[in-house]
Amino acid sequence: MTKIGLEIHCQLTNLESKLFCSCKANYREFGINENICPICVGLPGSLPRLNQEAVKKATMIAIALNCSTPEKIAFFRKNYFYPDLPKNFQITQLNIYGDTSIGGAGSIMVGDKKINITRIQLEEDPGRLIYEGSSSKNLITLADYNRAGTPLVEIVTEPDFESPKQVRDFLNILSDLLENLGVSDPGLEGAMRADANVSIEGGKKVEIKNIGSFHDLEKATHFEITRQESLHSRDIEIIQETRHWDDQRKITISSRSKEEDLDYRYFLEGDIPWVTIDSEIKEKLKSEMPESISSKKERYVSKYNIPGQVADVLSSDKFYSDLFEESHTESNAKEVANIITTDLMGLVDTREKREESKITATHLKDLADSIQSGKISRNSAKNALHEIVKTGKGLSQIILELDLGNVSDESELLGIIQKVISEEPQAVEQAKSNPQTINYLVGKVMQKTKGKADPTLTLDLLKKQLG
Amino acid sequence: MNLKIPALEFVQEVKNGNISAEDFVAKTLERIQSVDDKLHAFLSVNEKAIDQARVIDKKVKSGDKVGACFGMPISIKDNICIKDSKTTCASKMLENFVAPYDATVITKLKEEDAIFVGKVNLDEFAMGLTTEFSAFGPSKNPWNTEYVPGGSSGGSAVSVSAFECVASLGSDTGGSVRNPASFCSTVGYKPTYGLISRYGLISYANSIEQIGPLTRTVKDAAFILNIISGLDPNDNTTVDNKNEDYLSEIDSGIEGKKIGIIKEMIGDGIDPAVLSATKDAISKLESLGAICEEVSLDMVKYSVAAYYTITATEAGSNLARYDNLRYGYDFPVEGYEFNSYISKARENFGPEVIRRMIIGGFVPSAGHAGKYFLKAMKVKSKLTREINEAFKKFDLLIAPTVPIMPFKIGEKIDDPVSLFLVDINTVTANLTGKPAISVPFAISNGLPIGIQLLADSMQDKLLLQAAYALEQTVTLPEVPI
Ligand SMILES: [Zn+2]
Repeated sequence: MTKIGLEIHCQLTNLESKLFCSCKANYREFGINENICPICVGLPGSLPRLNQEAVKKATMIAIALNCSTPEKIAFFRKNYFYPDLPKNFQITQLNIYGDTSIGGAGSIMVGDKKINITRIQLEEDPGRLIYEGSSSKNLITLADYNRAGTPLVEIVTEPDFESPKQVRDFLNILSDLLENLGVSDPGLEGAMRADANVSIEGGKKVEIKNIGSFHDLEKATHFEITRQESLHSRDIEIIQETRHWDDQRKITISSRSKEEDLDYRYFLEGDIPWVTIDSEIKEKLKSEMPESISSKKERYVSKYNIPGQVADVLSSDKFYSDLFEESHTESNAKEVANIITTDLMGLVDTREKREESKITATHLKDLADSIQSGKISRNSAKNALHEIVKTGKGLSQIILELDLGNVSDESELLGIIQKVISEEPQAVEQAKSNPQTINYLVGKVMQKTKGKADPTLTLDLLKKQLG
Repeated sequence: MNLKIPALEFVQEVKNGNISAEDFVAKTLERIQSVDDKLHAFLSVNEKAIDQARVIDKKVKSGDKVGACFGMPISIKDNICIKDSKTTCASKMLENFVAPYDATVITKLKEEDAIFVGKVNLDEFAMGLTTEFSAFGPSKNPWNTEYVPGGSSGGSAVSVSAFECVASLGSDTGGSVRNPASFCSTVGYKPTYGLISRYGLISYANSIEQIGPLTRTVKDAAFILNIISGLDPNDNTTVDNKNEDYLSEIDSGIEGKKIGIIKEMIGDGIDPAVLSATKDAISKLESLGAICEEVSLDMVKYSVAAYYTITATEAGSNLARYDNLRYGYDFPVEGYEFNSYISKARENFGPEVIRRMIIGGFVPSAGHAGKYFLKAMKVKSKLTREINEAFKKFDLLIAPTVPIMPFKIGEKIDDPVSLFLVDINTVTANLTGKPAISVPFAISNGLPIGIQLLADSMQDKLLLQAAYALEQTVTLPEVPI
């Protein structure tokens, strides 16, 4: 049986500052080595200053993943030399001297499959190395410490996944969860990285390091299973080893480094006192947490009678569910949900399109209300939405500019109806004997008005005309 | 100009206009010029000190608000960062390191108009007991320049005792303030762990060390503590002392106080002169109304071993950052792969630092932690339990600061094991986080003896009161230099 376990590194990108200093957690907007200070470069005499907000957010993640949380957490030093590590040790957490990591055992459902979480730890990201030069002779390594000290949460799972597909489903759920918590933007480059361990029946465990995105994680596990199965089928032994993911060639490569043999000499970080997270603090944090995705979904179904599948899509994506929360009322909720899931999602299906989109909750509310009051048809609403996303103009202005308003003037509509009656004598006779066929005539009116005739009014007038 | 006056007297004199800060600082610099060739307390001298003093005199004359130090010249151990000045840790590794920021204690002293006359010598990265391990040469004991001044804050003790400054800041990891204070006949005080911010103190063993003042009098130590203590957002381990005034009520006396004499610190190997000074101190305290009684701290016998295991572990990690990639000394990287570059660059550490880092790589390592590091941590917590028990019964504890007399330079440098035993009476305060102070008490054959008092955590005020009472019982001869 295939077994896959994950170690996911997730930056808390939405925090203001780094884990131990006041440099920006959002290092991406800075020039090289411009987002640094004596603390995150580890200058002599500097001391870490724990970002309490990071502790809160990481605890929220632990709670959301149903993890146990200890009353007191501690930080440890992981000692090893590497040029991207300014202090030549990383401040991290571990559980070998008792449960002192920010999150202990937990679990999350992925469809019908329960995935167990081993632990969650809060730690600092190292800096970034940039390599220049073409051959090993003129290769130079440059160090950029802008990222050094960025708050990172490491989520370790049990080897519970049985297929890359399960991995992908889990990652989707995890991304949505992190985004819903408001702790991280999983779409940012480098915000999510992972290591995976993969084994197949009869083979040893293989670690894959350095997978730079969730997208590649699925690919890497898939590649690795195929590789191992092919070895197995030829009776070649699968050895226990560490491999690296080559994201250019999309393959895993045996790693020559002896990383697994390093002795990190873990010991308590004395510069950061133990942090108490007792039940009182935990309860307070719970009350500050945004509503969970599953609870949102339930509410959408039970309160607004929105179909389960629509509610599912709507609740799991923070961008859409935020729009929904801000725009809907008791009466228009279903309509808003409908606009978002059938029309809007198609219009802004990429990160770039979302960022460029000008739509606001007010737009959505106006649209839904206008459809419900008959001011605009569903068809026209679609066109209006397109224009809103593009320009951000108000709905009434767009209706005017694009002439999208319904024809609800009785005399105007009556004129059109009379014209249709004279043009369609056969259909008129049919409708008189069989009222169900009247829809054909309504359709003709719609054709003539390019879909803008108020459907209710049209039906009423037609019925009167036909006696 | 009398350079021998204590800090509080200096402040009074400048305040009253009897002396100017400029004159005093100028004379102090002259003094450094004339005696430091022999003593080697200073690694660098502040060229701007006189200008800075002039600014303060102006403020005094014009009636502007002046900080509590009134231009008091103090020296700073060269492992504490002063912005834009070299902070070398007496190491070739940091020979050219210019700190881009002020340590919190420096910021606070600047706000109170202290003047830093210079940076003073230490054992490289504060690892030593004699200041012989400075990469820039040893300091000498002003009482007899053939003798070590103690360490690692040797430069601090020498500069205060030889009147090259009014007071000094050192750091105390296992006795590094109290030991040289005892050997040079100054007051040396290590506060409760967390009372003074370590931000800007270059770490050696961060979980147990504290910055501490070396001064002429106990009152001066309390005065400086008032300025530099308290909660600091830049050091998460600092504790809130509610702006305690350590100087007020310092003469409260010790009548009725219970003092425990630590049995393990006056036992085998103690110098007879030190023992008799200790007995003398005890009887003087008794005559002031204290009740003295022997107490046993069983774990003291393991304390030095635990101390070296823990400090080596932390040092191995704290000094790992000195890979010369971001700052350090001139050594081009071209042609090296990083591992070989780091190894090569780190050859610039001195032998004692290398010795401790090798130990520090070994004792917490996967196969050996259980036998060494974790055992040392057990000793630390057991010792803490023992001393906490003792403080249920006693207000204070007493012992000689160092059980042996100062020794000659070079006498013990090749004998690290016997040198380590010099630590036996001081490391307990560091391992347990308790405040301790060394008070000059006797001169024997021309060499000083200090007596150490310890108090419970955050009982620094009581400790200073007791130290003041003890100080008043003796009059000591002046340093011969
Ligand atoms: Zn920073």
